[in-house]
Amino acid sequence: MARGGGFNSTSHGEKILRYALLLVVLAITIGPFLWQLSTSLKGLGEDVYTRTPSFLPDQPTLSNYGEVARTIPVLSYAMNSLIVAAVVVAGNAIGATLAGFALAKLRFRGGRLVLGLFLATLVLPSEVTIISQYVTVRSLGLADTLLGVALPGAIGMLNVLLMRTAFQAIPADVDAAAIMDGANAWQRLIHIGLPSVRGMLSVVAIFSFIGAWDDFLWPLIVLTDPDKYTLTVGLQYLNSTFSSNPRLIAAGTMIAFLPIVAVFAALQRFFFKGVEEGAIKG
Amino acid sequence: MQFRFMTPWLLVLPAVGWLLVFNIWPALNTVVLAFTNAKPLGGGHFVGLDNFTRMLDDSQLADALVNSIVYMVICLPLLTIAPLLIAVLVEKKLPGITFFRTAFYTPVVASAVVVALIWGWLLADRGLVNGLAQQLHVISGPLPFLTDRWLLLISAVSLTVWKGLGYYMIIYLSALGNVSHELHEAAAVDGAGPVRRFLAVTIPGVRRSMLLVSILISVSALRVFSELYVLSGGTGGPGGRDTSMVMLIQMYSRGFSGHLGYASALSLVLFVVTIGPMLLLLWINRKAD
Repeated sequence: MARGGGFNSTSHGEKILRYALLLVVLAITIGPFLWQLSTSLKGLGEDVYTRTPSFLPDQPTLSNYGEVARTIPVLSYAMNSLIVAAVVVAGNAIGATLAGFALAKLRFRGGRLVLGLFLATLVLPSEVTIISQYVTVRSLGLADTLLGVALPGAIGMLNVLLMRTAFQAIPADVDAAAIMDGANAWQRLIHIGLPSVRGMLSVVAIFSFIGAWDDFLWPLIVLTDPDKYTLTVGLQYLNSTFSSNPRLIAAGTMIAFLPIVAVFAALQRFFFKGVEEGAIKG
Repeated sequence: MQFRFMTPWLLVLPAVGWLLVFNIWPALNTVVLAFTNAKPLGGGHFVGLDNFTRMLDDSQLADALVNSIVYMVICLPLLTIAPLLIAVLVEKKLPGITFFRTAFYTPVVASAVVVALIWGWLLADRGLVNGLAQQLHVISGPLPFLTDRWLLLISAVSLTVWKGLGYYMIIYLSALGNVSHELHEAAAVDGAGPVRRFLAVTIPGVRRSMLLVSILISVSALRVFSELYVLSGGTGGPGGRDTSMVMLIQMYSRGFSGHLGYASALSLVLFVVTIGPMLLLLWINRKAD
């Protein structure tokens, strides 16, 4: 993206205009989160309904967070979400990498058929099969379990195809040289494949985590026992059952939101790098 | 030697297992169930096209379809244009731009439930939006954003657009990298201003991405669930009433109130509605490769 000077050297006026617009968009995208954060920090003595809203709490307090923990078992909900996310991330990192490598770099009987089937699933939105999916999970004896929530997404078909694309980018002569040196498939995967698909692998891992942590409809369907709820289902439960106090709901949403933001902020450079490598295409 | 032939299959085996158990089998099963009167606990027998003829008299389904389509039609232009403008804004590598890009992407990584709860509080009768609007005397009393059928739909659109800005911004951002820099320069030399260049150079340059984005928007608009479900208070109907807003909520509530067969038939309809845009998408991707 290196660009020459001259035409591109931004004028002073344009710079100010750009930053002004950036700040407007920033206010729109981040403002609602800040308002929620602010509400979650306001004590019971402060009127959250005031018509002249104050973004800064008078006396910031964490008491609402304690109140959430007393109302719903929010820590164990977070733990449940984490368990589901961990299974999904591990499954995708391993399963999609192995299959993606085989489909990109190894020729084998039936390979094209398998690839075609993976591609065909792309036109099948998961929502369409979600009810039969539940029937399947129940017949495996996994209804109302965290494993039942995690398992169907543990190898995403799209992730297999993304990893295949990444492995395909490895030049053929590098592979040919390795084969000449007598490397077998596993050695090629570990020594040549993995180091060059790290960008895509991190995108797959980040999105698997975010997808599992944020998912709502599927855990809502699978889980019936309130003790096993994941954080999103627990939040909806909190909202529909104890919705009289907006401070409480606000604190609950922050408990679900802040970890994912932390994860994303920590890993965003891998994400944007992966995007540049073409992970996001649609 | 024999082992070497096995290796590729060993590698794809887990993924193929998942493909069969969690994709192909449920898909086939959906088709079968759609022609039965199965209940959630099993059983049910073949009823031919009953489920489909029943849809014709289902007024709730008609409402849900209308809502889904209105929702899609409003989201489509907004989400096709706004993220492109933002992408143009964050394209230039000014100091701090990574911060802005990351911040603009934040609503995408937040759960739909989190976002819907935030929106619910902003748009509540005594929430920030109504409070500010009354303070500024724009309105005299609170607007029922969450309890009126059409206002709820508009609220959901605003939520979807806000949450989607960052996602489509990223797609446009990578497309903008491919827009010919020389064309921009030539246009500037010819005296074209920024607006003119945006219309004459940028838009034609990202034409295919705009098509891609609009298809993605259409498909995901038909699949909306969590935002509306939570925003409406857990029933999918305005103000917590038991009318179902969009197709997927309709399907969910039928499936888990005991009509597995009917819900499966609804799934098939949802599939038929979404397959058109999806196939177009694949075809465009193919042409791009």
